[in-house]
Amino acid sequence: MAELTVAVVSAERAIWEGPAKSVVAKTPEGEIGILPGHEPVLALLVEAPLKIESPDGTKTLVAVHGGFFSVDSNRVNVIAEAAEMAADIDVERAKAALDRATKAGAEDAAEAGAAKRAETRLNVAMGPNR
Amino acid sequence: MGAQLRVYRRRIRSVQATKKITKAMELIASSRIIKAQGRLNASMPYLTQLLDAISAAASHATDVSKHPLTSAAHSQVRAAVLVVTADRGLAGAYSSNAIKEAEGLTRTLNDKGLEVVPYVVGRKGVGFYKFRGRAMGGEYIGFSDQPTYDDARRIGADLLQRFLEPTESGGVDEIHVVYTQFKNMAQQESRVRRILPLEVVDEVVDTSNEDTTPFPLYEFEPGPEAVLDALLPRYVDHAVYNALLMSAASEHAARRRAMKSATDNAEELIRTLTRQANQARQAEITQEISEIVGGADALSSA
Repeated sequence: MAELTVAVVSAERAIWEGPAKSVVAKTPEGEIGILPGHEPVLALLVEAPLKIESPDGTKTLVAVHGGFFSVDSNRVNVIAEAAEMAADIDVERAKAALDRATKAGAEDAAEAGAAKRAETRLNVAMGPNR
Repeated sequence: MGAQLRVYRRRIRSVQATKKITKAMELIASSRIIKAQGRLNASMPYLTQLLDAISAAASHATDVSKHPLTSAAHSQVRAAVLVVTADRGLAGAYSSNAIKEAEGLTRTLNDKGLEVVPYVVGRKGVGFYKFRGRAMGGEYIGFSDQPTYDDARRIGADLLQRFLEPTESGGVDEIHVVYTQFKNMAQQESRVRRILPLEVVDEVVDTSNEDTTPFPLYEFEPGPEAVLDALLPRYVDHAVYNALLMSAASEHAARRRAMKSATDNAEELIRTLTRQANQARQAEITQEISEIVGGADALSSA
């Protein structure tokens, strides 16, 4: 079966690259799943974990903070402004940030954004089985 | 030991200590150039992808030239100039070259009848404008040697906000960046680049040209216009980030060169001082001998 080639790059560096069976990303319109043979798509990303399933079935999560991704002839390019792998996330810090942001209230747009970012980080750090 | 000799020895020790410091700074700067270059290269895949995506979206969106970020305002009243300088000195003419370039640009813009609002990165540049009592649109300090994307995004957001403001209420119509291009280890050059209104789209929007490889027939989500709206500001951020990275690499290269010549000068100085100290020592010995001989002479003739 055909495979997807996935590359995740952030503004600062390349984050991840490799083959994959499927990719699930979240766009402003909702979640979108990419399987091999998908039609060309160029979509914006919203703050959410990106799920990549590699051919051997292991799942990798990447926290993406804004950006977009493009799909073309089984090549998926995820271009995030900032992105982190689970291993790079400081769980304690993310928890503290989430607490701080939720306490500050949801009415503040900046705090709401911070809360969402922290939540995404935590979701990724906790792994796909949570 | 004679007083003169002691003074020479003290000066040699002092210059040696200075040399050690400049040598260390030279080595640190050299290693940071490589790191800065690495960061510059690491940011390139993002730019390529971003440009491809913008081109693709631009070729589908209706009339890109009407987008607020690509169209020049009718009234040309005000321009913002982002000047990238260093936070610390000891980098030769690095900061003053950038400032000089910015001043030249300011004059050119003034001649065209535009009012210039400086946005300054780096303590040296901020100091320059503060000392002359000139108002700045924004000042950013503390990251000139290792800029992160977050820093660039902060600056990009400020610039964009100012650009999108109507001219009557203080908004700017053009945004230029003055940065130092890193050509190679030995050559860095101050450059000016206009980042807004965007020019990038004009050259790539023409898809009728048969030589260019056609873009895949992307399906845009939410839609080509929305995608373009989201991507163009990112391009501005990246242009700022790129300017910061280039300047950081240049700063380290300038500092390395300045410290290298300081070390060379210290070596030269130590050599001259050692000669003079030897001479002083020799003179002292000669004097002592003639004193002894003179004394013995006086005794025997008495």
